[in-house]
Amino acid sequence: MILRIDNLVKHYGPVRAVDGLSLEIGEGEVLGLVGESGSGKSTVGKCVLRLTEPTAGTIELGGRDITHLSRRAMRPLRRDVHMVFQDPFSSLNPRFTIERIVAEPLLRHKVTDRREVAGRVAAMLEKVGLRQEMRKRFPHELSGGQRQRVGLARALILEPKLVVADEPVSALDVSVQASVLNLITDLQRDMGFSCLFITHDLSVVEFLADRIAVMYLGKIVESGPTAEIFAGPRHPYTQALLSAAPVADPARQRERRRIVLGGDVPSPMDPPSGCRFHTRCPLAYDECRTSEPLLNDPRGSGHPAACHLVTADRVPDAAK
Amino acid sequence: MPMAGLVLVVAFVLLALLGPLVTGDPAAQDYLATLAPPSGAHPMGTDDLGRDAFARIAHGAQVSLQAGVLSTLLAMVVGIPIGLVAGFYRRWLDPIVMRLVDVTLAFPFLVFAVGLAAIIGPSLKGVVLALGFSQLPAIIRITRGEVLAVREMDYVAAAIADGAGDGHIIFRYVLPNCASPLIVQATVAIPAAIIGEATLSFLGLGVQPPTPSWGVMLTTAQQYLSDAPWLAIWPGLMIALATLGFNLLGDGLRDVLDPRSHR
Ligand SMILES: Nc1ncnc2c1ncn2[C@@H]1O[C@H](COP(=O)(O)OP(=O)(O)OP(=O)(O)O)[C@@H](O)[C@H]1O
Ligand code: SF4
Ligand SMILES: [Mg+2]
Repeated sequence: MILRIDNLVKHYGPVRAVDGLSLEIGEGEVLGLVGESGSGKSTVGKCVLRLTEPTAGTIELGGRDITHLSRRAMRPLRRDVHMVFQDPFSSLNPRFTIERIVAEPLLRHKVTDRREVAGRVAAMLEKVGLRQEMRKRFPHELSGGQRQRVGLARALILEPKLVVADEPVSALDVSVQASVLNLITDLQRDMGFSCLFITHDLSVVEFLADRIAVMYLGKIVESGPTAEIFAGPRHPYTQALLSAAPVADPARQRERRRIVLGGDVPSPMDPPSGCRFHTRCPLAYDECRTSEPLLNDPRGSGHPAACHLVTADRVPDAAK
Repeated sequence: MPMAGLVLVVAFVLLALLGPLVTGDPAAQDYLATLAPPSGAHPMGTDDLGRDAFARIAHGAQVSLQAGVLSTLLAMVVGIPIGLVAGFYRRWLDPIVMRLVDVTLAFPFLVFAVGLAAIIGPSLKGVVLALGFSQLPAIIRITRGEVLAVREMDYVAAAIADGAGDGHIIFRYVLPNCASPLIVQATVAIPAAIIGEATLSFLGLGVQPPTPSWGVMLTTAQQYLSDAPWLAIWPGLMIALATLGFNLLGDGLRDVLDPRSHR
């Protein structure tokens, strides 16, 4: 396992951003972490990078427990993990040239031979599809898509084992989203890094992720292989998310019934009792308000869901 | 308008640096012409002791420039590191510093400077120290505020992910991105210090006669307002123009340095 998160909890004061979350990512595997805004996705990513201090739980990177490593002890391990940020405007130092931004991870890890640094930066820029004359430019001279490519080059230049990609395309124009997404897919196939790909949009990860984990209010409600999640979602929340996502096939699109979720996402300061989804679930019944369903995988097929209605021989259908 | 500000500031600096070279000795007395109005021999007139007002204005510009620049430098050199550390680490230092800053900011700048100057003693050095320390709280607060905003930027998180240490992050990421408001602040602090020097010297708490300072000149002029009004007009006008210049320049810099205007 490249990454193993066990029972991670992160509270910002009263805000229970992540509230007992476990997941694993194998070598070369891409896990899509999907959830609505505020469900705690970015917080998970920041904990993995130790950009924020976990409240409880454990995080193992390449088999090593990094949960409580000091800043200093963590530094050498940063060769193995980097992050692509959501906001292309605030993620690049405005005072550095593109070349310097991409070279920084090398320089911070004692690769200082000028010719080697310049060569590796040039090669990396080429890999992410940026022309060499971009090297001397400053971030404000680049478009959003170009900036995300720079962020990708910075994250990959040390050839890390794991990349956390936090909604890397959601701030981009629709027209450039696909090209950046394709680039990430190609780079992942080519370089073979594991990836925690965070998104609020299931359709983004359909062709990129090997597995998907769906998050709701700080917890995972369902996870499984991508094809299975798309073909047979078990949790009513996943079913609702999927029914809202566009599908390429118009015939399938027509026969689908859209599940409209009532109400707003409850505040993570005061999550609902029992099943956290019960305030919006079309199938909620008495037990849902009092007892919390645990992730369970009754068929042992590596596709657990946290819903009382999921049993060995029955899967709920929120569209009914 | 920023150009006008730049012209005024450059003119002021040139007057301070080159003026004393072309004018004569500011202490030379012309006994035949005391309180003389502007003329060919004395373009700005003379004072009660027959000293050339233009020579004294030029030498006074030097005193003003020193007081303005040195006190602002002092405040920056001491204040920026304090603001950086307090804002970046936000641990024990931060609340202490901010409490002190709040208390000192409760006094108007000049009142604080007058109090300090009275303690330190009247001299140019005293003026620089008093004005420098009076500017300190504002510099600390501006720096700290900027640091608080900058350290939340994703590029700082990215720097940590790059493997950067605190020193590198503070000097290469945080400080450069806090520089613009501090440069703009300098254009506010320098003219404030120029007025401060004049005020302290006018009150006798600053530069001492016979050293020419615009404030000292105003003190003298006070007694001859009706007989020789030019004695008050020149230093007053100079103070007004120098401060106006810096303020206009600051407004211009604010626009140029605002990163939003780059996008
Ligand atoms: N630094 C912080 N201080 C306080 N609360 C925070 C902080 N960061 C996040 N939160 C809160 O934690 C919750 C989860 O935030 P997080 O950014 O992880 O969600 P997200 O799933 O990434 O959402 P988004 O799609 O909006 O990026 C939110 O309620 C958010 O307001
Ligand atoms: S446990 Fe109840 S409320 Fe929760 S998802 Fe299942 S049916 Fe809906
Ligand atoms: Mg987020």
